[in-house]
Amino acid sequence: MAKKATRQAFGEALAELGDKNQDVVVLDADLSKSTMTCYFADKFPDRFFEFGIAEANMIGAAAGMALAGKIPFACSFACFITGRYDTIRMSVGYTNSNVKIIGTHVGIGIGEDGYSQMGLEDVAVMRSLPNITIIQPADEIETKQAVAYAAEYDGPVYMRLTRQKLPDINQDGYVFQHGKGVELAPGNDLTILATGGTVYHALDAKKQLAEKGIDARIINIHTIKPLDTDLVLRCAKETKGLFTVEDHNIIGGLGSAVAEVLCEHYPAPLKRWGILDVYGESGGEADLYHAYKIDAEGIAEAAADFYNRISK
Amino acid sequence: MAFQLTRDVNTIKSYAKTIRMNVIKMLTEAASGHPGGSLSATDVVAALLFAVMRHDPTNPKWDNRDRFIMSKGHCIPAWYAALAQAGYFDEKELCTLRRLGSRLQGHPDRCKLEAIEASTGSLGQGLSIALGMAMAAKMNNADWRVYCMIGDGESQEGQIWEAVMAAAKFKTDNLTVILDHNNGQIDGYVADVMPIMPIEEKFRAFNWHVIGVDGHDINQILNALDEAADTKGRPTLILANTVKGKGVSFMENNIGWHGKAPSKEEEEKALQELAAI
Ligand SMILES: Cc1ncc(C[n+]2csc(CCOP(=O)(O)OP(=O)(O)O)c2C)c(N)n1
Repeated sequence: MAKKATRQAFGEALAELGDKNQDVVVLDADLSKSTMTCYFADKFPDRFFEFGIAEANMIGAAAGMALAGKIPFACSFACFITGRYDTIRMSVGYTNSNVKIIGTHVGIGIGEDGYSQMGLEDVAVMRSLPNITIIQPADEIETKQAVAYAAEYDGPVYMRLTRQKLPDINQDGYVFQHGKGVELAPGNDLTILATGGTVYHALDAKKQLAEKGIDARIINIHTIKPLDTDLVLRCAKETKGLFTVEDHNIIGGLGSAVAEVLCEHYPAPLKRWGILDVYGESGGEADLYHAYKIDAEGIAEAAADFYNRISK
Repeated sequence: MAFQLTRDVNTIKSYAKTIRMNVIKMLTEAASGHPGGSLSATDVVAALLFAVMRHDPTNPKWDNRDRFIMSKGHCIPAWYAALAQAGYFDEKELCTLRRLGSRLQGHPDRCKLEAIEASTGSLGQGLSIALGMAMAAKMNNADWRVYCMIGDGESQEGQIWEAVMAAAKFKTDNLTVILDHNNGQIDGYVADVMPIMPIEEKFRAFNWHVIGVDGHDINQILNALDEAADTKGRPTLILANTVKGKGVSFMENNIGWHGKAPSKEEEEKALQELAAI
């Protein structure tokens, strides 16, 4: 199985996009070798702008470029770029400027650098802003199509990408559909909704759950906002409960989005899983996923506990 | 009991040498981290902790201690190594850097390690915290001082300039900033990524006292720190002109060594070179 970090797939897709769309411009804040905008920078030096370690100004300038007809991709680590919340709020969201905000290095999956570099609340803050679409692809093919989609789509987009490599979960011929969740594996007992770096772990957890006699449906939610409410409600009706898992604080992310839909439309058992309202820390990627129980084993254990509780 | 400081330049140099060697060992063991800016910062770090700052390794939260904030948090290994030498914790703990459960986080975490004054790692924020501490000391008529190290790349952040402006307004002459001017950041040389020069004139225009030094010359560093302490009515910037990766030939001025750990062979070569200094 091929394995690629979604930031890497993004960098490759962006360099291709530069050929197809002359309006695409790229802004970075001293992290081009980490966000992988370096490929675009090499190929299109006239359309690449290095803003230095000054993210707020970069976002504001991107908004200005967008208002003058460009399609700017403003890129940094997720925590630093969404940390400039008020600039995004006013200059991108409220202004409705066509800026594509790219946040890489999301979640505890970044490993040794530790909490200060981890995007763990980025979805929560971005989800609170009207107008902004939030996409978190889970493998290479999905990332590449999502990048092409973002450039075509007229409006602000926030895309969340991993530092760590992720295996392919989608088949060749996969077509990214904005706002539509993807059923990766059928199941009738429990629905697991995962996003980004946790999706392949959820697929592995399905096997472990099967050994415990639990038939889990696995859904990949790549568009966190707008959420595929039809799919969420259908799963709530067809299975006994919903279990969300994300490499993000469980407050404000995918789990919260699903909870909001369920509460208002079809109250059903829900377990939110992910980073349990704590700060992250340094460690190896795999060690952290294990310690924070969002690897396959941790997901299977938590999902089984939940299922046993609700099916009593 | 307060730490016994020294003004003996050779002793300080030998502290610096051990810090550099420990930085190399820690990063190799962790297989990640930032050697370039840790090594450029080392001589200033050694001068501060072993010659200038009032502190007590047996009582890290002593009210009257001087405070140090590593605003460019990725360079904290140099400070960890210095703290260990001063007796804050066992040197053996250094090899836990960046491991799951370690108090020595990749970027400093004050909730994990007592001797850390502020959690940093998102560049541009440490100086404002240092300013607030300096203002609090003034409010309390306390005589402890605040030292803050920032990077030249870091000084591209807008918040740095908000703090610089405010520190002049509030006349925090108990605040000394050391700018580790090693000319490098991640994407390249500071002059190419986003020029900051003339940085001395910018600080002067903001009403700071400015002193330029060779950031690897202990005498110059000590004189500048003394001058800063004697300067009344305004904060001081010490512009420390340094070499990124100082002391390891293949790292010096090489942008590639900003955030990469040495291999075992590179570690050996680096330690040999540092031992020979
Ligand atoms: C707000 C923010 N943006 C980006 C980064 C990522 N980053 C870590 S180190 C670094 C370069 C720092 O350069 P400089 O301040 O000159 O430090 P030094 O060269 O001394 O290591 C960057 C961009 C960060 N830590 N914080």
